[in-house]
Amino acid sequence: MKSPTFAYERPQSLAEALALLAQKGADARPLAGGQSLIPMLALRLARPSVLVDLGRVEGLDELTLQDGVLVIGAMVRQRQLERNALVAEHLPLLVAATKVVGHPAIRNRGTLGGSLAHADPSAEYPAVALALDAEFVIQGPRGERVIPAQEFFLGPFTTALATDELLTSIRFPIPPTHSGWGMAEVARRHSDFALAGAVALLARADDGTCARAAIALFGVATRPLRATQAEQALVGRPFTTETFREVATLATESIDEPLSDVHGSAAYRRQLVPVVVRRALEEAAQRAAAR
Amino acid sequence: MERVPITVTVNGQTVSAEVEPRMTLADFLRDELGLTGTKLGCEHGVCGSCTVLWDGAAVRSCLVLAAQADGAAITTIEGLATEGQLHPVQQAFWEAHALQCGFCTPGMILTAVALLSEDANPSEQAIREALSGNLCRCTGYQNIVRAVQLAAERLRSSS
Repeated sequence: MKSPTFAYERPQSLAEALALLAQKGADARPLAGGQSLIPMLALRLARPSVLVDLGRVEGLDELTLQDGVLVIGAMVRQRQLERNALVAEHLPLLVAATKVVGHPAIRNRGTLGGSLAHADPSAEYPAVALALDAEFVIQGPRGERVIPAQEFFLGPFTTALATDELLTSIRFPIPPTHSGWGMAEVARRHSDFALAGAVALLARADDGTCARAAIALFGVATRPLRATQAEQALVGRPFTTETFREVATLATESIDEPLSDVHGSAAYRRQLVPVVVRRALEEAAQRAAAR
Repeated sequence: MERVPITVTVNGQTVSAEVEPRMTLADFLRDELGLTGTKLGCEHGVCGSCTVLWDGAAVRSCLVLAAQADGAAITTIEGLATEGQLHPVQQAFWEAHALQCGFCTPGMILTAVALLSEDANPSEQAIREALSGNLCRCTGYQNIVRAVQLAAERLRSSS
């Protein structure tokens, strides 16, 4: 369980980090919090020849509110998100999601950007980013590009990032005040990766019906997904238990490539989907009503 | 492979060394400094046995490279007792029978120390959540939870 050998670089600036990635090619891997990469090295699932440690790169750990958008640097530690006053006020969903990412010892080191760029299909953050229509700010030798969360996750542990690019920050638009959020997951023990999970965001119209719905699934497919059919079916309907029950069953229709492994079969995960979606919707509806 | 120069404060003492990039903090503490109180169970971030404090916060030392720890202040189980007196959490583990084989104990204790430094009066649920990343295969968790409660009580009454 020891890593194979690799070289180690510790750039101080983004320009220096990007230059190293460009120079070292596909054998280089950026090291953020390392809470997924280091075990992958120990298990020899990853064999990079050089690690580019982003721990000292300036400017990647900022967290600011800009025109209704919370801009979070990729190297902001998960523990910081859990305790940040701006996040607590504007994106309580992100705080709730963070609390079930790993254990405190993991969150002390783990970063938001590292988790997103790792793109584990069972992770919470990618689904939260999808549900909130977050934008990913990517820097590379060809400059900066910004892509929506929908285009970032391509498959298991696969993203739109090129090997010479870095995810530098994530822009989360703050949901309108009349909306509510919910999150539900089934996992074997507290903070384990979910066997199935759902994030829901609901906006209520003045007549009490659903004005807008966003539902994201994780742990059930090879990448996080929006449950588009379920979302569309919910708009214009009243917030009732029957509606949620009916809509939740539609969520399984979005699963194109089901996830199946030793922790949970595809069939079992699929069976959990309507349950977690209904729970997330009910929680979101309660919060939307309380405002 | 080119070695990386680091300077780390371990249990209050400043240590400078040159480490291989792939060396984890856990291996550095155990093999270079001889601090074998830090235990290695799974070596890939599942069991929590190797938990140490990094600037006061609990961290799994098998999941960080020694090179990354340059500039950090690390506390291991060896650094908790002062002048021959067990730390209140160590004392509580002893009294509450919170260990059997003892392999998970350093990680449990350091996780508990980190929890109590942030929350002087944690609920049983909060204690269980904080310890959820630390596996014990001997005793079950009842006495471990009781030990943390006992330590919390004593720390509160002494402060």
